[in-house]
Amino acid sequence: MDTNQYLDVFLDESREHLQSCNENLLVLEQNPHDLAIVNEIFRNAHTLKGMSATMGFEDLADLTHKMENVLDAIRNEKITVNSDILDVVFESADHLEAMIDDIANGGDGKRDVSATVAKLKRIENGEPINGASDTASQETATTESTATADSLEYDEFELTVIEQSHDQGFNTYEIAVQLREDCLLKAARVYMVFDILEKLGDVIKSSPTVEQLEEEQFDNDFYVALVTKDPADDVQKKLLKVSEVEKVTVKPIDYESLVRHEVAVTVEETKPVQSAGEKAAQKDVKPAAKKSAAKKAPAKKVAHASSKTIRVNIERLDILMNLFEELVIDRGRLQSIATELNHSELNETVERMSRVSGDLQNIILTMRMVPVETVFNRFPKMVRQLTRDLHKKVNLEIIGAETELDRTVIDELGDPLVHLIRNALDHGVESPEVRKAAGKPEEGNVVLRAYHSGNHVFIEIEDDGAGINREKVLEKAISKGIVTTEAAESMTDNQVNELILASGFSTADVISDISGRGVGLDVVKSTIESLGGNITIESTEGKGSLFSVQLPLTLSIISVMLVEIEKEIYAIPLSSIIETSIIRNSDILNAHNQKVIDFRGKVVPLVFLEEIFEVNRTEPVEDEFHSVVLVRKGEKMAGLVVDSFIGQQEIVLKSLGNYLTNVFAISGATILGNGEVALIIDCNSLIK
Amino acid sequence: MVNSLDVESVKVIIFQLGDKEYAIPVSQVQGIEKTMHITRVPKTPKYVKGVINLRGVVTPIIDLRDRFNVKSSVEDENTRIIIITVDEMEVGFIVDAANDVMDIPKASIEPQPEVVGSYEEEFISGVAKVEKRLLILLNLEKVLNTLK
Repeated sequence: MDTNQYLDVFLDESREHLQSCNENLLVLEQNPHDLAIVNEIFRNAHTLKGMSATMGFEDLADLTHKMENVLDAIRNEKITVNSDILDVVFESADHLEAMIDDIANGGDGKRDVSATVAKLKRIENGEPINGASDTASQETATTESTATADSLEYDEFELTVIEQSHDQGFNTYEIAVQLREDCLLKAARVYMVFDILEKLGDVIKSSPTVEQLEEEQFDNDFYVALVTKDPADDVQKKLLKVSEVEKVTVKPIDYESLVRHEVAVTVEETKPVQSAGEKAAQKDVKPAAKKSAAKKAPAKKVAHASSKTIRVNIERLDILMNLFEELVIDRGRLQSIATELNHSELNETVERMSRVSGDLQNIILTMRMVPVETVFNRFPKMVRQLTRDLHKKVNLEIIGAETELDRTVIDELGDPLVHLIRNALDHGVESPEVRKAAGKPEEGNVVLRAYHSGNHVFIEIEDDGAGINREKVLEKAISKGIVTTEAAESMTDNQVNELILASGFSTADVISDISGRGVGLDVVKSTIESLGGNITIESTEGKGSLFSVQLPLTLSIISVMLVEIEKEIYAIPLSSIIETSIIRNSDILNAHNQKVIDFRGKVVPLVFLEEIFEVNRTEPVEDEFHSVVLVRKGEKMAGLVVDSFIGQQEIVLKSLGNYLTNVFAISGATILGNGEVALIIDCNSLIK
Repeated sequence: MVNSLDVESVKVIIFQLGDKEYAIPVSQVQGIEKTMHITRVPKTPKYVKGVINLRGVVTPIIDLRDRFNVKSSVEDENTRIIIITVDEMEVGFIVDAANDVMDIPKASIEPQPEVVGSYEEEFISGVAKVEKRLLILLNLEKVLNTLK
């Protein structure tokens, strides 16, 4: 089978399932007795196993299978969860991830996992994990040879079939068929065996799968589950008639043991729909720290079950967006034509069309929105690993993971956040000893928070660690030549905090491989700025720090204020506007050849856009009043003098193309309702 | 004469600037548009007339007359904007008229543009004489590059 075309889908989905496994494992660590979570993990693992087997990645399927066995044992309460067992499961998950990465890079996904497999096997058998090594190797050997498992496992559907067959008086058998060592045409024999079985009844499952059997991908024996009315003896005799069949064992399926499986399944099925009250009660029993985890698990599962999705290439969405933008422009034209003609039916139609296209616009825009969860979900595992490496105790709390952001922003956001979290763990939260000495709880708290505010999304990383030491930062900055001693004296605390975002800055006394190479935070700053956002730091020494990242909701649509200068229309992003005002000629003051105004006690320089943009005046305008847009860049402000304000509008951001790059004070363009292009003013370059 | 098909030839779009005829390979031409509203972009060279909305794509427009230091003429109904692509850049040229599509035999292209001794010389990759018409072939990369 040519599987190449499915490879991308396989990789995507495997990663998703693995991610989900990882998340749930973390939840499980918090609630070791919540079997619903185990079931969720089990299902992920099971799907992963199925997919990798179909794609022919045997090693991947095999390891997942072993992992699944352990999970199954946990699910059936044969073994209890503890952190040692989870470590091994995590280890297997890591191996699986490495395998998938290998496959993604064109490898075959093979990897030596015998040590982990041995550990899994021992857990499954209820033995101590770090047993003698000779038994380990032995066991690995035996597991390898019986990789196909000595008894079959059934999924829900198959269990139902078995149950119903029982009810209707059919017999269900598990048949082990062994072919002779020297059998030449194994596939042919398999075919004959199946031929007979299908005459007797229905084959509900086989291990290996029928496809694998047909491709001779098995040693000498295979297992089949059969539903039939014939007694076991007859089945056995008939099968033995096929030549080159060495041995046939037919045993009835142990219905009782399967029922237990089923109970587990039913329990888990009903859990997500528990009443709210019950959930609350359940929560109250649990210690406070685990509350969020307990709350999250059932909520998440409901989402999993209800959302059906398809994958769409983002390029197609971009094309859709472009087409829609053209539609919007034509809609504008149509509206103005309708107003001119003043034809009532035409007006009605145009109005209806406008409403529909308005709804359409919302849908297209939200289609590009992805919850930040897709970035956040990799952090819990990362934090778990980091805290172990750093010997710190940290609790990561995630708030607002459902906040949505444009896909293009999300894609770029991962790395900066990784840096910030690493920074919080490495430099922020102190070691347990230091914390204890400072009278804080040993376990540090890092909060990752996302929320909407206006046209922006804020992502904050807050820790209750040491905070930023002003003296230390300044000392370092001076020694690195980032600031001068004189300048350092007069800097505000905020300015000092911003210094740690400067390039070539690192205050960690010991340079670790986690952070502290001084290349992290300045990259964070530039990445976030390239996304049209900014980052601020608040910190109280000894209490902790708060890194706040402000991002635009979407990169393609922004709110602007349209202004007019002579006949030219320019757009000023609302995000940089403080307010607009009308000033008199007499309000303008002169200071150092620079016209300024007094704006609520602050001296604000005026920028005459007609001069900056060299607008051709047909006749000079002498006006007593001037329209001014007050804009800001950080702490600094400026007043942009324009002819008139047109109004606020949502516009689609367009670039000027590859030919016109670096146009002074212009950050892009947009297309107005009348089809003309308006330029977007880059306020940052107008403020010195 | 172009009477045999085995002669290698280039298909070109022919346009007019003043009294001269210029040629651009069809492969580099995206389309020919009538003039429309051009939004001026401040602080750019004089020959950059501004940008237009070309079916949703903001496209810069260059006035070739300004580019070649030829005296500019008044816009009339024949004035066209030729949209070209070079190195993934989409740019429009304002020309007096776009008249023709033609196959020029490669053999008729001469690399030495001695006949034209003016400012535009550096933008010319060759001249072709076809049926008593003298066509000037432009080097589009050069026309666009000097902005940088």
